[in-house]
Amino acid sequence: MKIHEYQAKAILSRHQVTVPRGEVALTPAEAAEIARRLGGIVVVKAQIHAGGRGKGGGVKVVQSAEEAERVARDMIGMTLVTHQTGPGGRIVTRALVEEGLEIQRELYTGLVIDRSSRRPVMMASSEGGVEIEQAAAETPEKIFKEYIHPGTGFLPFQGRRLSFALGLQGAEVNRGTRLMTAIYETFIATDASLIEINPLVVTKAGDLIALDAKMTFDDSALYRHHETRELRDLGEEDPLEIEASKYSLNYIRLDGNIGCMVNGAGLAMATMDIIKLAGGEPANFLDVGGGASAEQIRNAFKILMSDRHVRAVLINIFGGILRCDVLAQGVIAAVRELGVPVPIVIRMEGTNVEDGKRLLKESGLNFATADSMDEAARKVVELAGSGQWAVGSG
Amino acid sequence: MAILIDRSTRLLVQGLTGREGTFHAKQAAAYGTQIVGGVTPGKGGIDHEGWPVFDTADEAVRETGANASVIFVPPAFAADAIMEAASAGIPLIVCITEGIPTLDMLRVLTFLEPLPARLIGPNCPGVISAGQSKAGIIPGHICREGRVGIVSKSGTLTYEAIHQLTRLGLGQTTCIGIGGDPLIGTTFVDALRLFADDPETEAVAIIGEIGGSAEEEAATYIARHFRKPVVGFIAGQTAPPGRRMGHAGAIISGGKGTAREKMAALRRAGVQVVESPADIGAALKAVLRG
Repeated sequence: MKIHEYQAKAILSRHQVTVPRGEVALTPAEAAEIARRLGGIVVVKAQIHAGGRGKGGGVKVVQSAEEAERVARDMIGMTLVTHQTGPGGRIVTRALVEEGLEIQRELYTGLVIDRSSRRPVMMASSEGGVEIEQAAAETPEKIFKEYIHPGTGFLPFQGRRLSFALGLQGAEVNRGTRLMTAIYETFIATDASLIEINPLVVTKAGDLIALDAKMTFDDSALYRHHETRELRDLGEEDPLEIEASKYSLNYIRLDGNIGCMVNGAGLAMATMDIIKLAGGEPANFLDVGGGASAEQIRNAFKILMSDRHVRAVLINIFGGILRCDVLAQGVIAAVRELGVPVPIVIRMEGTNVEDGKRLLKESGLNFATADSMDEAARKVVELAGSGQWAVGSG
Repeated sequence: MAILIDRSTRLLVQGLTGREGTFHAKQAAAYGTQIVGGVTPGKGGIDHEGWPVFDTADEAVRETGANASVIFVPPAFAADAIMEAASAGIPLIVCITEGIPTLDMLRVLTFLEPLPARLIGPNCPGVISAGQSKAGIIPGHICREGRVGIVSKSGTLTYEAIHQLTRLGLGQTTCIGIGGDPLIGTTFVDALRLFADDPETEAVAIIGEIGGSAEEEAATYIARHFRKPVVGFIAGQTAPPGRRMGHAGAIISGGKGTAREKMAALRRAGVQVVESPADIGAALKAVLRG
């Protein structure tokens, strides 16, 4: 789960990470009021769940409360497009208004779980502010890492090593160690999956301040973090994905026009891949689960049919524990009840597959069936592209 | 011969008395697996479907001589169940549970480091040795004893591969679902090491997906040490970056973990990589003939 910058800063601040003074504004008037309280130069930052906001016009430095209000008026309600939002962008509903700082240096620090070493890894770089992924790809030697043993936690010497590597001096070294220790403690306390401070700034006064902050959380651990769940911003999520999550369906909306319904995440990804190989574009990823019930099939059809771009549906099921005849009954019942207005190609394999195919045939409904995944993909791509289901035809 | 489990395996079921535990224990027993009992804290002493239930893994091992355990325990308690099994001295632990918090798995893997226990999973379909024994949920009736080993991050894609091999008459030795979580016990490399030493396994199918670098590590291992033919498939060639595709670990982040990179790494290591999962069986047939 992702949260906004201002929410991440509030959490980090509670764990003794220094962040700029500031508050979130939902209206231009609130932005002016906050700027007045802060005094001096302030920064107005659009709050969306995506990076690259500065280049897209989502971060403005202003000299007065009046200017803050004016900037916030443009910002709140605007559609902000960055390289991370996709071409559709995101609508800005709130802005963070913060004190301006006199910055001496911009650094980077971040914490993730390293899957290969099976350890949390604290990363630091003196190339702050830039795209860290780019830095990692082009100049990996400039990213310093400390692997953390979960039994001991982040150790002071590791903090010193990273601080010295960043070129911190004098009292800054201990401040760096304290900050990184606080980041590690926040990570563990909140079941985070990523904490990134980019940039971490050294001010002219020698303070280390988290100028930006990004946190994401482990979805599997949200059950034990009530306060984190409260921070979820549904406005940042696709409405169909929210609906699907209510039915425990794993659904991700994509740009194509072929709806997919599959059991199992790996097979669902592979189904998207074969559609693309056959020259089509998948409209979604949808995993109905290893033991999908008739009820889940019905819910899945509802979600698929709510996406108005869908021109044909491919159902790809491997019946292991789930029997193909049971699946076929579920599909037939759902199609009868919901009246699916687009062609459906079904490819199933596994337990009781012959019974399943017979049920589909005898239903009198117009299913296309396929014996192999390749054939299914070719058929569904052809049906989606045939044009007989053009917008307005039904 | 097969690896990990066979007819002599004495399997314990942690969470036996739950709905999933009961269903899959019966399926496994019907396949020929020796189920020796279950563990459900607080229900020790009862008989469940003909199997003795124990309060602790320790007691279960003492009473039954169990040498493997399969875990069907809810996610909030599954990490604890794994560590309990390991501390009871069980050498093979298969965790089916999906949705264990990553930090719990971090503790589990650290706990397991000094112990001899091998963990498969979590969030996986488990292990089956064709015609012999199974620990997990892979449907037994699609398997046939044969020549190919399978190691996979995905459940239903594993079943697809098994089915293709059975239809082509190649069959399987052992099939291992290693799971799609960010932190797992047995990796591709671990599984390949075991297949390398199994004389009956003539070729291996490796089924990966986007996220992490386990496939690249497998490629490095194969290039240096693995002498049997390998066929590979990577799911998620069309997955968008930054989105988690069902499995907790299936995500392209910071431009890393793409299917393209993984396929290229495996190809460089001499693996026959197929673009479509429908071609896994045929590719294995071709490499075994060649």
